[in-house]
Amino acid sequence: MTEPVIRIEHLYKEYATDAGPVPVLKDVDLTVMPGEFVAIMGPSGSGKSTFMNILGCLDVPSSGRYSLNGADVGAMNQDQLAQLRNQVIGFVFQGFNLLARASLEDNVALPLIYRGIGRTERLARANELLDKLGLSSHRSFHPNQISGGEQQRVAIARALVTAPKLLLADEPTGNLDTHTGQEIVALFAELNQREGITVVLITHEPDIAAHARRLVRLADGRIVHDGAMAQATPAAA
Amino acid sequence: MIAAMLGEAWVAMGANRLRSFLTMLGMVIGVSAVILMLAVGQGAQQQVQASIASMGSNLFIVLSGSVTSGGVRMGGGATPKLTLADAQAIAELPGVAAVAPSSPGTAQLVYGANNWSTMVIGTTPAYLKVRDWQLAEGYPFTDVDVRSATRVVLLGKTVAQNLFGDEDPVGKTLRIKNGPYVVLGVLAAKGQSLDGRDQDDTVIVPVTTAQRQLFGSQFPGSVRFIMVQANSAAEMPAVERQMTELLRQRHHLRQGADNDFFIHDLTALANSAAETAKVMSLMLGAIASVSLLVGGIGIMNIMLVSVTERTREIGIRMAIGARGRDILLQFLLEAIIISVIGCLIGVLLGVGGALLVERLSGMAVLITASAILMAFAVAASVGVFFGYYPARKAAAMRPIDALRYQ
Repeated sequence: MTEPVIRIEHLYKEYATDAGPVPVLKDVDLTVMPGEFVAIMGPSGSGKSTFMNILGCLDVPSSGRYSLNGADVGAMNQDQLAQLRNQVIGFVFQGFNLLARASLEDNVALPLIYRGIGRTERLARANELLDKLGLSSHRSFHPNQISGGEQQRVAIARALVTAPKLLLADEPTGNLDTHTGQEIVALFAELNQREGITVVLITHEPDIAAHARRLVRLADGRIVHDGAMAQATPAAA
Repeated sequence: MIAAMLGEAWVAMGANRLRSFLTMLGMVIGVSAVILMLAVGQGAQQQVQASIASMGSNLFIVLSGSVTSGGVRMGGGATPKLTLADAQAIAELPGVAAVAPSSPGTAQLVYGANNWSTMVIGTTPAYLKVRDWQLAEGYPFTDVDVRSATRVVLLGKTVAQNLFGDEDPVGKTLRIKNGPYVVLGVLAAKGQSLDGRDQDDTVIVPVTTAQRQLFGSQFPGSVRFIMVQANSAAEMPAVERQMTELLRQRHHLRQGADNDFFIHDLTALANSAAETAKVMSLMLGAIASVSLLVGGIGIMNIMLVSVTERTREIGIRMAIGARGRDILLQFLLEAIIISVIGCLIGVLLGVGGALLVERLSGMAVLITASAILMAFAVAASVGVFFGYYPARKAAAMRPIDALRYQ
């Protein structure tokens, strides 16, 4: 029996404010098996970004259990979490989050520094990915010299350079025009199908979500829908 | 890993060249100030020590004391109470290495067309031993010369140059107060004394010659002062005590009467001068160190700004797997690079500045490897110390907060 990549049980998250704790996620359960392509949708304030941050081990839940790749995340210390982010997860952000003063190849190679891999091999692997994503001619450019769509490709290359099991994307097309957004999400679908990488993607655009095979809807901190994409599309339209 | 981090730190500094340079400048000024001040201070110290060495070691100088004569108190050394016989008696005391009774005076020296006014010291051959003074050429006069008051003279370097120029003075005859004197030898150069006098502007004649031929006195056999050298520094207190006793006895002083002589411990005086120079040198260094501290605070300030500015970058790095210690190392390395480069430039400027000071002002400077090493070590640790806090602040950020920072 295959182990789930993500297994979340009774997850709660609340933020402390001056007016007392504000619950953001309430009793969320989610299991994602290897090779799935899940889209998480929901209105603003539904808690989907918080959920994504917890999935990416950038934030910790207030209570509940989160197993990533079979390991209990709640029992890990900061260094072990950093190692998970480095080795198991690839993260793609809405705002690309590239380092402005590093070249594209250095940006892509960055996660490998924290694995202690030598420069030659780092750059070889980075360039391999840039090649694959059609950016090899831009390798020594800086992020401000290329378009948004290209920057997001570089960010995806950076997420992939560590060969992660799980690719998390937080509104990856939010800063892109419709056409480029479609290209990017098609890239996720291709990575999911060809290489079997598990993809979890947050979006509020139904056209983008349509590429996924499973749809999870969040509203007011709870999962209100979880099912295959075919059933979800009419509701979204 | 470290190599990669060093590269990144370098790029980060290059991204903000002016700021990195200004931060470095604090270190540069601090380090060069420390090195320059230490060089000047140690140079002065060395000069003082050289002067002390030129004076001779374990020395006493015995002077005639003040005497009250008809209600008028005379200054020290005014009345010649010390005699050659006193000096001979002191020489018999245990622990005394050498005794040189001296009668100095000023006289005009003439050789050919040249003349020169200088200090003439009438003394015994022991004077050269007491002052640790070598002859550059020729040979010294002897006790026989002292006994028979021969007209012979030893020339200080300055006098030799002024009277003889390039000519070899040894064996020549010059005139002092119209009397002919044969030059036996030329003394080695001794340089300046502690009070800045040119010690080489002097000539030495037998004490008896000075008394009888040059500075005739109404008290025959009296001398102005007696230089006494003890065998060792440890024996100096005992020698001083015995000399006091001996001289009181010889001068027939009653119990309770004041001494009619003074005994000065020259070595103690010199040591206190050396001590002063050392304290000055330390003070200069300490004052300069303050600028090093200020430079360190500058580094801390800029690193704190840099950490705040790059919060988002820190978040990104953490999101892709940087551990707290990776972030700490990155910022610490930046601080260290700034301080080490600042240090290197500071060392160059400090050494260059010290050499320039020596060139322009003629002040003695002494650049020691230990001073440079010390300045370097202090500056490097200042960099680490003041870089650590901002780096730790960066490392302690929660990834999610750092990522959200706008």
